[in-house]
Amino acid sequence: MLIHCPACGPRSHHEFTYGGDATIVRPAPDDTDIARWQAFVYDRENPRGDHQELWHHVFGCRHWLKVTRNVTTHDISAVELLGPHAKDANAGEAGR
Amino acid sequence: MSGYRLDKGGLLIDRTREVAFRFDGRTHEGYAGDTLASALLASGQTLFGRSFKYHRPRGLYSAGPEEPNALVELRPGPHQVPNTRATMVELHEGLEANSQNRFPSLGFDVMAVNDRLSRFLSAGFYYKTFMGTGQPVWHFFEHFIRRAAGLGKASHEADTDRYEKTNTFTDVLVVGAGPAGLMAAKAAAEAGKRVLLVDENAQAGGRLWDEGGEIDGMPTHEWARAVIASLEVRANVTILLRTAVYGYYDDNILGAAERVSDHKKTPDAYEPRHRHWTIHAKKVVLATGAIERPIAFAGNDAPGVMLASAGLAYATRHGVAAGRKVAVFANNDGGARAAIALSDLGVNVAALVDARASLGEGLTGALSARGVMVWTGSAVTGTRGRRALKAIDISGYDADRGALVGAMETIQCDALLVSGGWTPTVHLASQAGGPPVFDETLQAFLPGEPREDWIACGNVAGELNLASCITSGTRAGAEAAGAVLREEELPKVHGACGPETPLPLWEVPAAGKGKVFVDLQNDVTAEDVRLAEREGFRSVEHLKRYTTLGMAADQGKTSNVNGLAILARARGQSIPEVGTTRFRPPYQPVPIGAIAGREAGEHLMPVRRTPMHDWHEAHGGEMMEAGLWMRPQIYRREGETLEQAYVREARNVRENVGIVDVSTLGKIDVQGPDAAKFLDHIYTNAMAKVKVGKARYGLMLREDGILFDDGTAWRLGENHYLVTTTTAGAAAVLAHMEYYLSVVWPELKVHVASVSDQWAGTAVAGPKARALLEAVVRDCDLSHDALPQMGIADGKIGEIEVKIARLSFSGELAYEVYSGWNEGLAVWKALYEAGLPFGLMPYGMEAMGTLRIEKGHVTHAEMDGRTTAADLGLGALAAKRKPYVGSAMQDRPALCDPDREVMVGLVSKDAEPIPAGSHLVSDDGKSLGHVTAFAFSPAKETYIALALLKQGRERIGDTLEAAFQLKERSVTVQVVDPCFYDKEGSRLNG
Repeated sequence: MLIHCPACGPRSHHEFTYGGDATIVRPAPDDTDIARWQAFVYDRENPRGDHQELWHHVFGCRHWLKVTRNVTTHDISAVELLGPHAKDANAGEAGR
Repeated sequence: MSGYRLDKGGLLIDRTREVAFRFDGRTHEGYAGDTLASALLASGQTLFGRSFKYHRPRGLYSAGPEEPNALVELRPGPHQVPNTRATMVELHEGLEANSQNRFPSLGFDVMAVNDRLSRFLSAGFYYKTFMGTGQPVWHFFEHFIRRAAGLGKASHEADTDRYEKTNTFTDVLVVGAGPAGLMAAKAAAEAGKRVLLVDENAQAGGRLWDEGGEIDGMPTHEWARAVIASLEVRANVTILLRTAVYGYYDDNILGAAERVSDHKKTPDAYEPRHRHWTIHAKKVVLATGAIERPIAFAGNDAPGVMLASAGLAYATRHGVAAGRKVAVFANNDGGARAAIALSDLGVNVAALVDARASLGEGLTGALSARGVMVWTGSAVTGTRGRRALKAIDISGYDADRGALVGAMETIQCDALLVSGGWTPTVHLASQAGGPPVFDETLQAFLPGEPREDWIACGNVAGELNLASCITSGTRAGAEAAGAVLREEELPKVHGACGPETPLPLWEVPAAGKGKVFVDLQNDVTAEDVRLAEREGFRSVEHLKRYTTLGMAADQGKTSNVNGLAILARARGQSIPEVGTTRFRPPYQPVPIGAIAGREAGEHLMPVRRTPMHDWHEAHGGEMMEAGLWMRPQIYRREGETLEQAYVREARNVRENVGIVDVSTLGKIDVQGPDAAKFLDHIYTNAMAKVKVGKARYGLMLREDGILFDDGTAWRLGENHYLVTTTTAGAAAVLAHMEYYLSVVWPELKVHVASVSDQWAGTAVAGPKARALLEAVVRDCDLSHDALPQMGIADGKIGEIEVKIARLSFSGELAYEVYSGWNEGLAVWKALYEAGLPFGLMPYGMEAMGTLRIEKGHVTHAEMDGRTTAADLGLGALAAKRKPYVGSAMQDRPALCDPDREVMVGLVSKDAEPIPAGSHLVSDDGKSLGHVTAFAFSPAKETYIALALLKQGRERIGDTLEAAFQLKERSVTVQVVDPCFYDKEGSRLNG
């Protein structure tokens, strides 16, 4: 499987580590509602088809990426760079 | 005797070069160009193996990669490879092979008694017999069953051969070098593309070696040679032979295994045995061909029964007749054509038995002219001869009713060649595509919709006629290259045959007793398939797993479609309604060595060494692996045991001073206006409150509240920290920080970078540590007031700038002295030499561990991914004065349960070691926890340990048994506080 890293181009998935579901939102740091934290840490959808997920380019630029991947076919339809440089990187030619 | 060498013929052999080899300890002779199978067949060998379950005698069944029976253990000793198909082994001088799954010999096998017991060994035998009986019964029988069942045995010796892995990139990958593949490669190459042509056989050409007819005025095999030669000289074509493409993965990446030197007695210097290829292809042409299919009938596994294509291949390629008197059984014209071709090659073909009412045009006459007796509307109902075929029983067969009719006849023969039509080799297409689609005309599954960028052509695409096969190959090659097919340049094929349209006869109705095998390799009978269906295993996927149909080394290459057809009939449905199992990699077995490549032994993982590595080794340091790092375990003095060495080193730290190499600690540089705020979020501790020039010990939690790592944060400037992590946690902590900075708080202005390999570190510990440093460090005030506990100072050793932090892992007055990586050795040497007058000794991992156990300091032995800060007595460091990662979730009820295992100390009551991993056992035999680390404590003068123990704090003072089950040993221990030494911490001040 190839992941088109916006910073590095198409690279083998061996260069990346998987970071899980990219759609979950972390509660505010001072949130004390244990149910919301519980949901953040443990509750995951198991969708068929497109899935937004995090990949970390550990053997590359070390950016965290948000990858839209079809978990049935492994087709990747979008790759977005996360972090402080997201705006610049994704404004140009984002991944396929 | 059965097979023999014909007086002439054999396109691939060189009759002037005799080759001696050994099979089951006996010497045989063959010719250069033979396979192990063809040479043994020529020498009259009928028995090639014993079957998997019933240990029935089995002979050669095919001439190619689909072979289910003739599996051998190739080569002796450390080079041995079990389950090697004799049909794929190229003969070479001195080759040694042995048959397998027999005891004591192939001719007499005591386990053949299983055949008599077969009614107890039906489908699902293991499940029915052992499920519900409980574990002990299975455990008792497992040893015997594992010995009785199974295929070859692996060598117990370490493999001394070399293996390699490589990557390659190509415009067009063509899989299969038969007529379609050759033309596809040619068309793509002529369009200027880089082409990789791969075939698992030792020679390209596929069935062009066996086909009659002419192409461009040449016999097919001569045309094949010409095309191969024209491709070989092209700079943009690479031909990889003996290479099986076994897996088709995402993004047109394919895996292939090359048998680089299996055809030689020993590999050349530096030559690997096998090579693994990862192929990145822009376009793929699948020209994977087709495999002939058997027809199932009673006794169809007798040695001497083989595929018609195999009988023909042995005659054309190797000049070998399968028997003295050959019969052919078919449901399509391929059988008649094989009989004619064989007869023309000098093989005595006695009879053709064809299930159809009539043969194709002109075939009957041609057969009669060659003296072949033709039995149309007939089927084989049984075989005679157990260890070698002697005769076949045939009966009339009414295709419309699917029933036997008329009287039985017996035909004397010692070889029976069977053709049930052709099964396209859709494995790779299925791996990278939709479900295979059933074709009623061909009675076969064809490739489904591509899900990767491939084109199928030739036999696999259902083009079974040579002319259409060549056209489709050329078209596929042109299409893959983005070029247009030029019809006028297509080769002219003469005398080629129409598509085989087999009669849908999968299994001859039973006329009497005798097992009807569907899967020869797994000993699955037609009755097993029906039994499984009656028991409710109606889905093909369930059928496969329950009966093992289509499993093991051959992956059902000759059995899948027949099994489906029999299941479909039992279910009263059509074959497409039943469907196929999804093919998964690997198409062919891949040697583990090829997958490992050079990454074995000392090359398994990269080795990391500190700048002081050579010094350690030169001074008696015995190195041990700590993750990827090499670290000194002890510095042994002559005559010392390991324990004596580390106790001496540890005691010297308590009494004088020692140095230990801590360069392996993870180090992360954290900079930016929000650095303090960020570290406050990441650590449980208030890192923002640390003053510049000070360090703080801290904990990190995971989001679920479990301890993640510990370390120190040194504040080097207002917006600049140097963070240390555990050696093992370095990579994970950096990734953790990057996650929060990218995903959770991208607004924070912070940069993190690993500087683990930029800073070398030496820890100096012991009551004389300050005196030592004062003797060697200049431009630095090391007094207690100027450099208190957790203080940081800059200084110089010689001309080398060092950063000194007063931190203690040992509990003694201690410092960590950091320098640039390249100066690490010089700093270490300077400290060592300056320390000798103070009684300095270097100390290793064992002594470091001993000192920390005495102090009850934690490592990843205790931070094991299940423990909280409170469990390890560090709750005060995780107080919630501010939110941090894990702060909310560490209050979950399960993590606050008073019954949780918590860290305690243990003292041996009998001065016995307390091995790590020992279970602390309650009176009723239940585990209450386990030992995480132990040492002989010089401070306590006995063996002590740290442990995680349920309700540990309430058990202090109790006596327990620590049971080490691996050695069936048990030690009586007393539970104590985890800090064994200087609990008030007075020794930190020297």
